[in-house]
Amino acid sequence: MTHLLSIADLNRADIEQLHQLTDTFVEVSRRSIPKVPALRGKNVVWLFYEDSTRTRLSFEQAAKRLSADTMTFSVSSSSVKKGESLRDTVLTIEAMGVDAIVVRHGSAGVPWQIARWLEDRVHIINAGDGWHEHPTQALLDSYTIRSERGSLEGMHIGIVGDVKHSRVARSDVLAYTALGAQVTLVAPPTLLPPSLAGWPVTVSHDLDAVLPSLDVVGILRMQQERMTENLVPSLREYTSLYGLTLRRVDTMRDDALIMHPGPVNRGVEISAEVADLPRSKIVDQVRNGVATRMAVLYLLLGQGVDKILDPGVPEEAPDGEHSDVSVTDSESSVGVTG
Amino acid sequence: MAERERRSTPPFGGVFIARSQVMDAEDVRRAVWRMAHEIIEHNHGLDGVVLVGLQTGGVGLAEAFAEALAEIGGRTPPVGTLDVALFRDDIGIRPVLPEAVTDIPMDLNGAIVVLVDDVLYTGRTIRAALDALNAYGRPRSVQLAVMVDRGHRELPIRPDYVGKNLPTRRDEVVNVSPTGVDLGEVVKP
Repeated sequence: MTHLLSIADLNRADIEQLHQLTDTFVEVSRRSIPKVPALRGKNVVWLFYEDSTRTRLSFEQAAKRLSADTMTFSVSSSSVKKGESLRDTVLTIEAMGVDAIVVRHGSAGVPWQIARWLEDRVHIINAGDGWHEHPTQALLDSYTIRSERGSLEGMHIGIVGDVKHSRVARSDVLAYTALGAQVTLVAPPTLLPPSLAGWPVTVSHDLDAVLPSLDVVGILRMQQERMTENLVPSLREYTSLYGLTLRRVDTMRDDALIMHPGPVNRGVEISAEVADLPRSKIVDQVRNGVATRMAVLYLLLGQGVDKILDPGVPEEAPDGEHSDVSVTDSESSVGVTG
Repeated sequence: MAERERRSTPPFGGVFIARSQVMDAEDVRRAVWRMAHEIIEHNHGLDGVVLVGLQTGGVGLAEAFAEALAEIGGRTPPVGTLDVALFRDDIGIRPVLPEAVTDIPMDLNGAIVVLVDDVLYTGRTIRAALDALNAYGRPRSVQLAVMVDRGHRELPIRPDYVGKNLPTRRDEVVNVSPTGVDLGEVVKP
């Protein structure tokens, strides 16, 4: 794996490997000194063409805990104001010598375009491209459910709200279904994409009918900044039909989880009291986000997977040290550890 | 379980073919008991002693030490496990993935930490382990117990307690298990 552009590029085993790696970094984050030297000397650039608080801070925290160096490129204070093109900006950043670019952009496909321009010399991580995908959010959402319930296999997960404008919904659907869950989208017809052909989901317009059967309900933010046309009559009407209120929570199963990718519009898609319930995992999602992004950065920049998937790796390392091997007897271990 | 599965995935995976048995199960048990006596003798008891098994080969051995120390010394020392992958010096050179989650349930400040591993070879794992321990506190001292010292050190590191000194060639593989210690090689499937 050179880049993380889309959940669609990952199979179930890849996602599960990232989740296992995330376990390790959750433990690292709990240490009294929550920092490891794994990515010393690596340089990561944040290329954010769109506003972001939690994703950028979360990536920043993840990189620092891995001892990587970071640079921030924000559009408002850059030569983009002077008319520099995206391609020139990216080539300039590459020439400074970076190992990874974490990109968020308002247009779908930009991370792919950058990867092509740089001919895969730099690792590209998609931190959200338009309405298209937000893969690290899907990894942390599925990790959060896995750490609460052990597995997503056979679960019924509802994604409620503004699916049309939501890159989180697209990535979540791919991750949840890859891990064996069944997904139902719940939204008014105007907030669904024009075509759902090929999506492995069922669709409902009635939240109250779906809610009692859900193991997890994922609430999406009403993206008012992307609403250029009147897709809902009013926010109050949306809240009365699709807002998660205490009354609706009472109809849910006792062990059902509530998730929200943030930022939360309290009182719109979720009521203030519901957001603070113990079964609401919003804060855990943020915490797991840091560990998830550590796993992604480590996997790409530590050059783990590439060589692991490559059967041509020499059995004896260049320094003749520590070649891991295994035996069929689960009780024994082959010790060539340094 | 997870780390076992990962270890058996190619190209980590391979089949170990034993060429000769160096220690049998009884030899391993006796070595654990002798080293347990030495740990108590060296530290004048078990005050402040904690065991930290290195993932994955040292974990079972650390538990065996804990059992022996409990019988000889009258109480069970705390046991933790440590994965040193993120502190290795070959990240970016070779595939290095953590094999298991680190679990240090005790305070290491002022403790006497006995690191436990199955085989001591280049010493690079132990160097990484010494770095990793820093994140958990400042032990009074750190000691090293291994079942097999196979030589070929690349760093100035030596064990305090050794089950067996075993001269080896670099292309040989040492396999430590509760049923014995075997010398052999790994054949790719």
